[in-house]
Amino acid sequence: MIKAILIFNNHGKPRLSKFYQPYSEDTQQQIIRETFHLVSKRDENVYNFLEGGLLIGGSDNKLIYRHYATLYFVFCVDSSESELGILDLIQIFVETLDKCFENVCELDLIFHVDKVHNILAEMVMAGMVLETNMNEIVTQIDAQKKLEKSEPRQHSETPSLLKNKKLIWRGGVHL
Amino acid sequence: MLNRKGRRWGADACVVGFSGGGVGAEFGDPLRERMVVPSLKLQDLIEEIRGAKTQAQEREVIQKECAHIRASFRDGDPVHRHRQLAKLLYVHMLGYPAHFGQMECLKLIASSRFTDKRVGYLGAMLLLDERHDAHLLITNSIKNDLSQGIQPVQGLALCTLSTMGSAEMCRDLAPEVEKLLLQPSPYVRKKAILTAVHMIRKVPELSSVFLPPCAQLLHERHHGILLGTITLITELCERSPAALRHFRKVVPQLVHILRTLVTMGYSTEHSISGVSDPFLQVQILRLLRILGRNHEESSETMNDLLAQVATNTDTSRNAGNAVLFETVLTIMDIRSAAGLRVLAVNILGRFLLNSDRNIRYVALTSLLRLVQSDHSAVQRHRPTVVECLRETDASLSRRALELSLALVNSSNVRAMMQELQAFLESCPPDLRADCASGILLAAERFAPTKRWHIDTILHVLTTAGTHVRDDAVANLTQLIGGAQELHAYSVRRLYNALAEDISQQPLVQVAAWCIGEYGDLLLAGNCEEIEPLQVDEEEVLALLEKVLQSHMSLPATRGYALTALMKLSTRLCGDNKAAILEKMPLVERDGPQADEEAKESKEAAQLSEAAPVPTEPQASQLLDLLDLLDGASGDVQHPPPLDPSPGGALIHLLDLPCVPPPPAPIPDLKVFEREGVQLNLSFIRPPENPALLLITVTATNFSEGDVTHFICQAAVPKSLQLQLQAPSGNTVPARGGLPITQLFRILNPNKAPLRLKLRLTYDHFHQSVQEIFEVNNLPVESWQ
Repeated sequence: MIKAILIFNNHGKPRLSKFYQPYSEDTQQQIIRETFHLVSKRDENVYNFLEGGLLIGGSDNKLIYRHYATLYFVFCVDSSESELGILDLIQIFVETLDKCFENVCELDLIFHVDKVHNILAEMVMAGMVLETNMNEIVTQIDAQKKLEKSEPRQHSETPSLLKNKKLIWRGGVHL
Repeated sequence: MLNRKGRRWGADACVVGFSGGGVGAEFGDPLRERMVVPSLKLQDLIEEIRGAKTQAQEREVIQKECAHIRASFRDGDPVHRHRQLAKLLYVHMLGYPAHFGQMECLKLIASSRFTDKRVGYLGAMLLLDERHDAHLLITNSIKNDLSQGIQPVQGLALCTLSTMGSAEMCRDLAPEVEKLLLQPSPYVRKKAILTAVHMIRKVPELSSVFLPPCAQLLHERHHGILLGTITLITELCERSPAALRHFRKVVPQLVHILRTLVTMGYSTEHSISGVSDPFLQVQILRLLRILGRNHEESSETMNDLLAQVATNTDTSRNAGNAVLFETVLTIMDIRSAAGLRVLAVNILGRFLLNSDRNIRYVALTSLLRLVQSDHSAVQRHRPTVVECLRETDASLSRRALELSLALVNSSNVRAMMQELQAFLESCPPDLRADCASGILLAAERFAPTKRWHIDTILHVLTTAGTHVRDDAVANLTQLIGGAQELHAYSVRRLYNALAEDISQQPLVQVAAWCIGEYGDLLLAGNCEEIEPLQVDEEEVLALLEKVLQSHMSLPATRGYALTALMKLSTRLCGDNKAAILEKMPLVERDGPQADEEAKESKEAAQLSEAAPVPTEPQASQLLDLLDLLDGASGDVQHPPPLDPSPGGALIHLLDLPCVPPPPAPIPDLKVFEREGVQLNLSFIRPPENPALLLITVTATNFSEGDVTHFICQAAVPKSLQLQLQAPSGNTVPARGGLPITQLFRILNPNKAPLRLKLRLTYDHFHQSVQEIFEVNNLPVESWQ
C-alpha cells in the first residue's frame, strides 16, 4: 500500500501532499519536513530507496523517491509494494503530467496543484495503483476538462440541486 | 491593484472554474459589483504568496485571505464557494489551518455542478477523516452520486469513499459499490473494485459481499479492471484462509493471463520499455506467491510459467527487472523445483553486478533473506557480495557486511577476513562496531591457526580498538597465554603496536599485560617469526611510564601498566626468588578479568610484605626503578629508609597523580546509590604531604539506562581548601559501563575534621536527577 505521495522542491516547499492514511495536520507537516530532510541529504548517484523517517516509518515502510530538476517526487510505501515498480510508477506519473501540461515544469505544479491532484487521482486510489496506461488517464482528464467547460457560467441565483443526470441550463452569462 | 492579467475587478462576477484564465465580463454590472465581494482567483493568491519575501509576510497574506474566505463562507455565497475552497486547500498544503472549510466541502459535494463537486470531494479527502463527526454527512451525497451521477461524478465519489470512508460509511454504501462492480463502464468498474478493497479493510465482514464477483471480473480484458481484481483477490486471500483455498482454483487462469502478457509481444497499450504492463505482471506474480506457498499442486502449475518469465524477460530496463525480481521472490517462496531455485539465486547474483544501484540494493536485501534457507546457492556469489563492500553508500555496504559475515566458513575464512579487515579500515564509523565484533566472532569460529587468530585480533584492536566489546581483552590474553610457542611473537608485535599508538585502550591493556608477562622474551631480542628487534629496558619502561601518565589511559589501563611494571621489576633484575611475580599460569576462561584483579591486589599486598626481605642492593635497584617512574619524588628519599611498615613502601610506589587507589589503609566509602547508579570515594594521604588528601570519586552504573551529563560538585568547611580536577567524562554507559572518575584535592593543614557535601546532577532514564547530600561516616584517617 502507498501511504503517502509528496512532491516538494529543492528547498522543501511542498508542491503536493497526499496522504492515504489519516494523520493530523501537524503530523502531516512534520512528515513533509522530515522527508525533505532525509531526501535532500542524498547524493545524486545513490539508490532511490530510504528507510522511512520516524513518523511515517517503522520497519515496514520505505521512501522511494526520484529527483526531477527542481522537484522531488516521494512515495512512501509499505513492504507490499514492489520497489522497482514504484520507481516506474513515479516515471509514469511525471510523463503523464508532461502530457497534460505540455513540458511540465515546477511552475505548472505550483499554479495548478488542483489539476495535479486530479491526475494523480486517476492513477492511484486509496493507496493502490489504479491505472498505469497513460492514454487512458489523459483521455479521462480531457473528458473532465470538457465537462467543466460545458458547464455554463454560474450566476448568483443558482437553481436548487438537480437530481437528473443531465445538467440542463437555460440562459447564458448574465451581464 | 491589477494582477498581471489585468482583470481582477471584472472577472469575479463570473466564475468559470479556476484552471486557466477565465474570460472576464467586459462590463461589470454596477449592481452586481456592489453585491459580490471581489475575491482573488486561486492563481492570484498563489502569486501573492510567492511574492512575499519573508515567512511573516506570507503568513500575513494568508491570514488576510483566510479572513475573506471565512466571511465568504459565512455569507453563504454559492458562486464563489468552489474557488474559496480551492484557495483554502492550497494554504492547507502549506500548513495553515483550514478546518472551517469542512462544511463547505459538504455543500459543494451536494451541488449539481461538476466543478463544484470536484473541489468538494477533493476537500473532503484532504480535510475530513473518520475523526471528524462531519464526515458522515457526506454519506448521502455519495449515495446519490453513486447511483445517479454521470460517470465522472461516480468516479469522484468512489475516489473519495475509498480514501476517507469510515467503517460506518462503508457499511452503508456497500450495496451501491457492489452494483457498480458489474456495470458496463470500465472506468467506473475499476474504481469500484479498489473501493471494495478499501471497504474490506475497514469492514472485514464485507468480504462475503465482494468475493463472488471476482470470478467474473477475472475474465475481463481491460487491464485496469484486471489490476484491481488481482488486488482485490490478494486482499481477500490475505484475510481469510477459506478465501485462500477458494481462490486456489483460479491459479490456472492467472497463469494463462500472465502467459498472454509475457508472450504478447510489443503492444503500445500498456507496455513500459517493451514489457507488457509490468504492474499487472507483478501483481499476478505476487498473488501466485500467496496461492502457491506451501501448496504442492499450485506450485507445480506455476513452475513452467515462472521458468518462462525468468528466462524471457528483457532485463535491459527497470520494468523488466521489476518483473524478474518479483518472479525470483515467488520462486523462492513457493514449493518450486530445485533447478528453478538455483536459477532464481543466480538471477539475484546477476543483479548484484548490475550497474543500476537500485537493482543492487534490492538484490542484496533479498540475498540476505535467502542466506539461511539456501546457503550454498548464495555462497556461489560470495565474490560479488564482497565487491559490494566497496559501495560508497552506507546502507548498501551495511547489507553487504551482514551478508559477507553470514557467508564466512572454514574454507574461505582467510580470504574473507582479509576483505573484511580492509573494509574495517575504511568503513563509516557507525559500521565499525558491527564489523569489528563480526570479525572477532568469525575468527573465533573458524581460525585456521592460533597465530592467525592472534594477528587478526591484533589487527582489529589496532584499527578499531575503541569499538570492540569488553571481553575482547580477556579473550586475547587467554589466547596468547595458551599459545606458548607464540609468546615471543605476541609480545614483540604488541610492543611495536603499543609504541606506535597508546590511545586504543583494549590494545594498550593487552600489550601492557603481555609486556609484563613476557618482557624477558621481548628483551631477549630474537624471534624467528619477525625481524629481530633490539629493545632495551629503558625503552620498555619508558613506554609503560608513558601509558601510566597519559591522560588517555583509563584507570583499568593504568592498573595493567602498573602490574606490568611490578612484574618487570623482578624479572628484569633477574631475581627468581620473588616467586609471587612468576609467570602466570593460564587462568580459567570465565572471569579472567576478576582473577587478574585479584592477583594484582594479592601481589601488591605480598610485595608490601616482601619489602623488608630483599637484600640491600636489591632494594636500591628496586628504588632506582622508582627514580625513573617519578622524578619528582626522587629527591624526597634517596636511598629511602626501608620502612618496616608495609603501607609505606607501597605508597611510595603508588604516589603518582590520578592513580587508582591501592588497597590502602583508608577503606573506600560508598556514599550514594540510586537506581543502580553508585558513587564511591577512595582516599589517599600522600605521606610526604600530610595536609593533602586525595579523594577519587568513582561513579558506576549497573542499571539498564545510560547516565549522561553527569556533574559532581563538592563543598568543604571554610578552613579546608578544595580543588576539583576535571572528570574523566560525563557519561556512564548502562550495565556496568566505563565509570567516571574525578579527583578531589583537599588541603587540610589544621587537621580540621573533614566534612564533605556533594551535589550530583545527571540524566538517567530520561529524567533529570539532582541530589545534594553530606557524606557521612568519613573515615577519621582522612583528616587526622
